Amino acid sequence: MDFLKDLWLFMKERKKIWLAPVLIIILLLGLVLVLSGGSALAPFIYTLF
Amino acid sequence: MYNILGIAAYYHDAAAALLVDGAIVAAAQEERFTRRKHTADFPANAIAYCLEQAGCRLDELSAIVFYDKPWLKFERLLETYYAFAPRGLRQFMVAMPVWLKEKMFLKRLLRESLAQIAPCDTRKIPLLFSAHHVAHAASAFYPSPFHEAAILTIDGVGEWATATISQGHGNQITLRRELRFPHSVGLLYSAFAAYLGFRVNSGEYKLMGLAPYGNPHAEQTRRFEHLIKTHLVSIKDDGSLWMNQDYFAYATGLHMTQAHKWARLFGFPAVKPDEPLAQQHCNLAYAIQKITGEIVLKMAREAKAITGCDYLCMAGGVALNCVANGQLIQERIFKDVFIQPAAGDAGGALGAAQVAHYLYFDQARNVAAPQDAMQGAYLGPEFSDKEAILAFKKHKAVYQHIPAFDDLCRRVADLLADGHVVGWFQGRMEFGPRALGNRSILADARNTAMQKKLNLKIKYREGFRPFAPSVLLEDAPAFFDLAGASPYMLLTADVTRAHRNPLPDNYHDLDLWDKLYFTRSDIPAVTHLDFSARVHTVTQATNPKYWRLINAFKQKTGYGLVVNTSFNVRGEPIVCTPEDAYKCFMRTELDALVINNFLLRKTDQPDCDNRAKWDIPTELD
Repeated sequence: MDFLKDLWLFMKERKKIWLAPVLIIILLLGLVLVLSGGSALAPFIYTLF
Repeated sequence: MYNILGIAAYYHDAAAALLVDGAIVAAAQEERFTRRKHTADFPANAIAYCLEQAGCRLDELSAIVFYDKPWLKFERLLETYYAFAPRGLRQFMVAMPVWLKEKMFLKRLLRESLAQIAPCDTRKIPLLFSAHHVAHAASAFYPSPFHEAAILTIDGVGEWATATISQGHGNQITLRRELRFPHSVGLLYSAFAAYLGFRVNSGEYKLMGLAPYGNPHAEQTRRFEHLIKTHLVSIKDDGSLWMNQDYFAYATGLHMTQAHKWARLFGFPAVKPDEPLAQQHCNLAYAIQKITGEIVLKMAREAKAITGCDYLCMAGGVALNCVANGQLIQERIFKDVFIQPAAGDAGGALGAAQVAHYLYFDQARNVAAPQDAMQGAYLGPEFSDKEAILAFKKHKAVYQHIPAFDDLCRRVADLLADGHVVGWFQGRMEFGPRALGNRSILADARNTAMQKKLNLKIKYREGFRPFAPSVLLEDAPAFFDLAGASPYMLLTADVTRAHRNPLPDNYHDLDLWDKLYFTRSDIPAVTHLDFSARVHTVTQATNPKYWRLINAFKQKTGYGLVVNTSFNVRGEPIVCTPEDAYKCFMRTELDALVINNFLLRKTDQPDCDNRAKWDIPTELD
């Protein structure tokens, strides 16, 4: 729940509510990736993410 | 009493730092404990050390501060993918699992990891997040000896910011300008490091070391400079940049550059790791180093114009570029410049803690002038004679105890003057990437064969890489064109004319290796190709033992300087414990090792010819 609260506060603070639909789609897509067993290892380029 | 723990982790160079009422009590990088260079792991060992050093329990902390804001970073990622769609799909597919499994739940992850260090209810300790560049700015300004200063932070990227200009006054920091992703000096430099076959995040030093091998007078070098400025990056008068993303891949891909486009532009393909380097590679390195220096100068001038301050503080990975720093000092834009010795992400742990102390808890700041508050960067663990003896006994080491320190210094000075290479281990470990005389390998800078020996037989690294001198502060002007001090080895300065040898007319046309091994001065081991040296000045006040050793060498030879390189081999972090030091001593061609008042000679050691026994698998950096 902390996570959802933080996410909401963040979008409110940054005035990024418009980002919500994009965020939801991207998160769903991401979730599919995770469930499909995608690696959680960041590749060795500059650690941008 | 405010006990504040700063943490840097999950990207690279994880570290921890602890403040007690604003005083820096301890700071260390996790890599030194786990022996994994640039580790991104949660810094459990570094935190445990910091708490022990301060005599403080986890539940006695006033706050724990992480060195960036994960939600802001996530926003940057999503907006970047959105802006570049569909180009970012590949990076997205790699990045999302990392975020959805780990980084999005950073609060929980941090609390769980902390609870593993010592069982306690970590929910009772406030967990704060500092913006990445604010943490860098804090790490530069708060320990500086200035009450008021301009602050310049430059790195690859934090959340959105890639460079900032701020103004520090008393205990406050005010952001004045910000350059945002994907336009970044750090990423520009890293892209060139990657293209020339070096690893991003660790190979930038190598690029800097390679640059002086470029021929500044060659038509090719000038053409490279022109191509970079016309195709890759547009540099504005205020130091801000616009990078042409058609040539870069880091925003959306898994590589730094669009290598095929660079190959067309520069006329040669990307260099593979450890592939031999040719003059064209050196010329390209020279061109990007020159341009980086120009950008840093422009940013510094802008910082001066905006703030009107007499002093400058710097941090961020690009602030470790000592060539650019040296040029900045020479320009005398500011009366004085302080550069955070742990300018990279490790220093973000310290900065994050300081952000909480001064900005969140609004505590008064006492400026430590004329000294800075970094205590020479000797903020890591130290080890007693008893601990050293335990390590010796474990490995059946043969050692000699020399009770009088001056006798020990004379013995080591004799060894150095005779051409021996000595591992020197004393007191508290340094915080930051530089060894500053407590975890150092030392040698005689006058020795013409020393640079080659150190690179190939001691450090096992690329032969072209330069070495730095540690010089007594009072002797520095005799050897180097250096106006003030360089206590953290973050500046280059030219060797004075009195110590130089004349160059042959065809010097710039010589082969890379002929150039390297030409004896350019009477201190050739620390004189780089362009007569520059990455100077470390030593004072009695900051490191009395190291000063006494160099002074003993001066008494013997007349030269108050030695070669100082970090006590490690390629791919390995700097040694932390006496055991690390002994193992490194045994697997290299180091001739002697000094730990506290103990002297160990290689020839006395059991199995001294069997270096393979001591080998450890390390990933080359």
